[in-house]
Amino acid sequence: MSRTAELVLILVVLANFVVLGTARLSSCVRAVALQGVLLGLAPILLFPGWSAHRVALAVGTIVIKGLVVPRFLLWAIREAAVRREVEPRLGYLPSLLLGTVVLALAFALAERWPLPVEGGGLLVAVAVTTVVHGLFVLTARRNAVTQVVGYIMMENGIYLFGLTQAERVPFLVELGVLLDVFVGVFIMGIVVFHINREFDSIDSTRLSELAE
Amino acid sequence: MTILHALVLLPALGALGAAVHRDEAYRTAWLVVIAALHLALTGTAWVSAPRATLGGWLALDALGLIVLTVVSTLFGVAAVYAVGYLRRESPRGGRAFVSCLLGFLAAASLVTVSHHFALLWVGLEATTLAVAPLIFHRHDRRSLEAVWKYLMLSSVGIALALLGTFLLAAAQSASAGTGRPLMLEDLIAAGALLDPRWLRAASVFLLVGFGAKMGLVPLHLWKPDTYGEAPSLVAGLMAGALTTCAFLGLMRMVQVVAAAGQGAFLTPLLLAFGLASLAVAALLLIGQSDLKRLLAYSSVEHMGLLVLGLGLGGGGVYGSLLHAVNNGLAKGLLFLTAGNVALARRAGDAGDQRGLLQTLPVSGVLLVVGLFAVTGSPPFGTFISEFTIVRGAFEGGHPWIGAATMLCLAVAFVGIARLVVGMAYGPPSGSNARTPESAWLVVGPAMLAVLLVALGVYIPPSLHQRLSDAAAALGGRAP
Amino acid sequence: MTWSSVAALGVVLLVAPALPGVATRTRSFLTGRRGPPALQLYFELAKLLRKRVVYGATTTWLFRIAPVSGLVAALLAACLLPLDGRGAIAGFAGDFVLFAGLLALGRFLVILAALDTGSSLEGVGASREAMVGAFAETALFLVFAALVLATGRTTLSGMLGSPLVAAWSASLPSLAMLGLGLFVLLLAEASRVPVDDPATHLELTMIHEVAILDYSGPDLALVLYGSSLKFALFTALAAGVLGPRAALGPAAALAVLPAELLLVAVAVGAVEAVTARLRLNRIPQLLVATSALVVFATILLLRPA
Repeated sequence: MSRTAELVLILVVLANFVVLGTARLSSCVRAVALQGVLLGLAPILLFPGWSAHRVALAVGTIVIKGLVVPRFLLWAIREAAVRREVEPRLGYLPSLLLGTVVLALAFALAERWPLPVEGGGLLVAVAVTTVVHGLFVLTARRNAVTQVVGYIMMENGIYLFGLTQAERVPFLVELGVLLDVFVGVFIMGIVVFHINREFDSIDSTRLSELAE
Repeated sequence: MTILHALVLLPALGALGAAVHRDEAYRTAWLVVIAALHLALTGTAWVSAPRATLGGWLALDALGLIVLTVVSTLFGVAAVYAVGYLRRESPRGGRAFVSCLLGFLAAASLVTVSHHFALLWVGLEATTLAVAPLIFHRHDRRSLEAVWKYLMLSSVGIALALLGTFLLAAAQSASAGTGRPLMLEDLIAAGALLDPRWLRAASVFLLVGFGAKMGLVPLHLWKPDTYGEAPSLVAGLMAGALTTCAFLGLMRMVQVVAAAGQGAFLTPLLLAFGLASLAVAALLLIGQSDLKRLLAYSSVEHMGLLVLGLGLGGGGVYGSLLHAVNNGLAKGLLFLTAGNVALARRAGDAGDQRGLLQTLPVSGVLLVVGLFAVTGSPPFGTFISEFTIVRGAFEGGHPWIGAATMLCLAVAFVGIARLVVGMAYGPPSGSNARTPESAWLVVGPAMLAVLLVALGVYIPPSLHQRLSDAAAALGGRAP
Repeated sequence: MTWSSVAALGVVLLVAPALPGVATRTRSFLTGRRGPPALQLYFELAKLLRKRVVYGATTTWLFRIAPVSGLVAALLAACLLPLDGRGAIAGFAGDFVLFAGLLALGRFLVILAALDTGSSLEGVGASREAMVGAFAETALFLVFAALVLATGRTTLSGMLGSPLVAAWSASLPSLAMLGLGLFVLLLAEASRVPVDDPATHLELTMIHEVAILDYSGPDLALVLYGSSLKFALFTALAAGVLGPRAALGPAAALAVLPAELLLVAVAVGAVEAVTARLRLNRIPQLLVATSALVVFATILLLRPA
């Protein structure tokens, strides 16, 4: 695996940790924006050879995940006039520690399950890490925008895992996946906007009227 | 342009068309026309099996055809119901309502005709996204809460399903000569060559992911809130059509796993999820006072039954498939009727509604009919399918599972009957007057009730043939 | 013990008081002010040595021996670092543990002496100092563990000497992350922003400053010099990892040493200019994040090549 590709994957993990450890909503959104850009570059760096499909997909990923989606989320944050997360269900310190443990386990797992692809070990480890970190942020955070950020992180991790199969999953499907993620986030953003209007806050623990 | 293309493109273009037009009456007519055309296409597929297109990506086998029929029928009924519903409710954003409905139909059709796993995933994710705006069309606090929980849990589920799909591709790529990636036929043909570790991991993730969409325990927490707050026709479509599509995804995975000889790994998982869903739902049914939430738990229970039948193998698989059909129709019937009940509820009418047989005679009758239909009483089709599944349990050497299933079904009957009978009989809570019921709102559910009785009495040979073929593909057989 | 290692120690001892001044001056420049002269600390030390020492009535012998003992500990720790880029004055397998222990001893003495005064403000400073120390020392050990893995040596001279140059070409991302981690540790141990603001005059927000509030005269001079020496040691550690000089000849390495130290001090000043001091309950978060970064670097180093 080339040095640049390794660097890209390492930066992806660092972006994960930024989201895990920070309370500032805009920092979280910028971190996943960076992740989106890195993810767009990853297929070009990991696999040799150029093709129109690959370049188009890279550009599309960078535009959607790196520009459009983060801008949309930042707009939602501005609308809600919230800058910081309220104290999450699991504090930042335990989050960071848990995140590190997950990272170690993911690397250990990747060693045992070799994939017949270039740089398989690091890619699988980073992918699994990102998925678990995203799932963690989605469930442990209370602010609605942070939950969407967690969802995006999870999708990023799954996309990275898909890269190990990139040669086998055709371009059209990748495009479909990208589109689904985009529309999904879009709808979530609209819902966040409405939640803010109705509840005057985007703390999802306020969404507790419906009960057994 | 073959039937398969048309099944997906027709509603998709219809959705775009509905978004463009301003006149609401035009939109509802448009909706009904497209639904009718779609139903006609489905009927044609029964008569002459369409050939695979797009290099095998789109194809319609017996399994897909069964699910497609359920989806199309339910949608047709829902479209007719929507005419009366939109007239009465006139929701804000009626434009989005019809477009999203048609988008849902397109996505669901895509799931049924797709023989490529990733394309199937795209379709299923699209159904999730299409119903989300429908759930919170009322824009009030409760529906917002419901849609947020739905989005979060469904997104997690569908993301895990995507991971499972990639793991499936990994299982394929681990050895050479396994054919085109993620194509159903190639996966089945290369069964023995697939890497068992990756395949098992893939099956677990796909089970969890599709299970979350179906609403299996413990990923069922979104169901009561979502079905409770969404408009009834949307809830009916979700309970009848969307869950069946997710079940189709699960069945495709079982096809591959069975072909690879790893069925023994999956069976205990399927049985566990199935029984857990049955038991938990049955317990939670008791004491429910809201009709739609009650129906949501019933949906969880029936999803558990479907998965249980799949895990039992043999005749249980046939029963599972038959139950998918019957359950879809029954849920549609009940949710639409519940919608009529809710529509008739006058503002400020707190407390439970009672005496519906007097105030809303047609809907009241349909409600009671629906009670017997959904709990598996003869002469309805659900009785046959549930009986087949339980018989499959005893024949397959799982007598305890069979007994537990019967117990859970009995408990569920008590739970649902308590509420429904309480609502239907007795003196009316409000005024005694008969509320006029729009024909649009009752003709659909009535037709579903008739269909259910018909299926309970007689299964046409073409249906039986398709069911047997599908069961055989899943490693089961006709009883 | 070679002449270059002794000379390097001498250079560091001489340059140490300049470093805090350089950092503060850089920070002032970058925020649009002129700031105090860079060599201010030298003049302070000279002034303090001329003064008479005053001891509080509540203090005991502990308070009197703490400044000298702390300085001696720092000096001994300095002997263990390969300041000339290739070898330390003294070294043995596992000497990084002694290094960390000596620095911890220094911090411990500061804490004890602060508690010895019986003043509540100093007590607060002592407890905060202990909190920072707990997290910083963990991070420091993680950094050493990573260095042992990267270079395969267990002596400080080995970890920061020529094997490190070879390790850079093999595992650049990990070592870059280690360098970054060491830089944050430097900020923590030297009590700079974002951990502790040396320019504040509000006792309730101080960590290190308030723990040494009661010192006067030559004692204060010893304490201030000891702090600057600690700053210099961590700067040397960070510079040693980020810019190993083992490939240069001894004289060249010696000449480059003060330049590297000053460069790191300027970087510290730059960081001080752009960051704000963290809330106290966020300092553990920062240090745990640094530890996580170092653990990540370690995991990358553990991968089979």
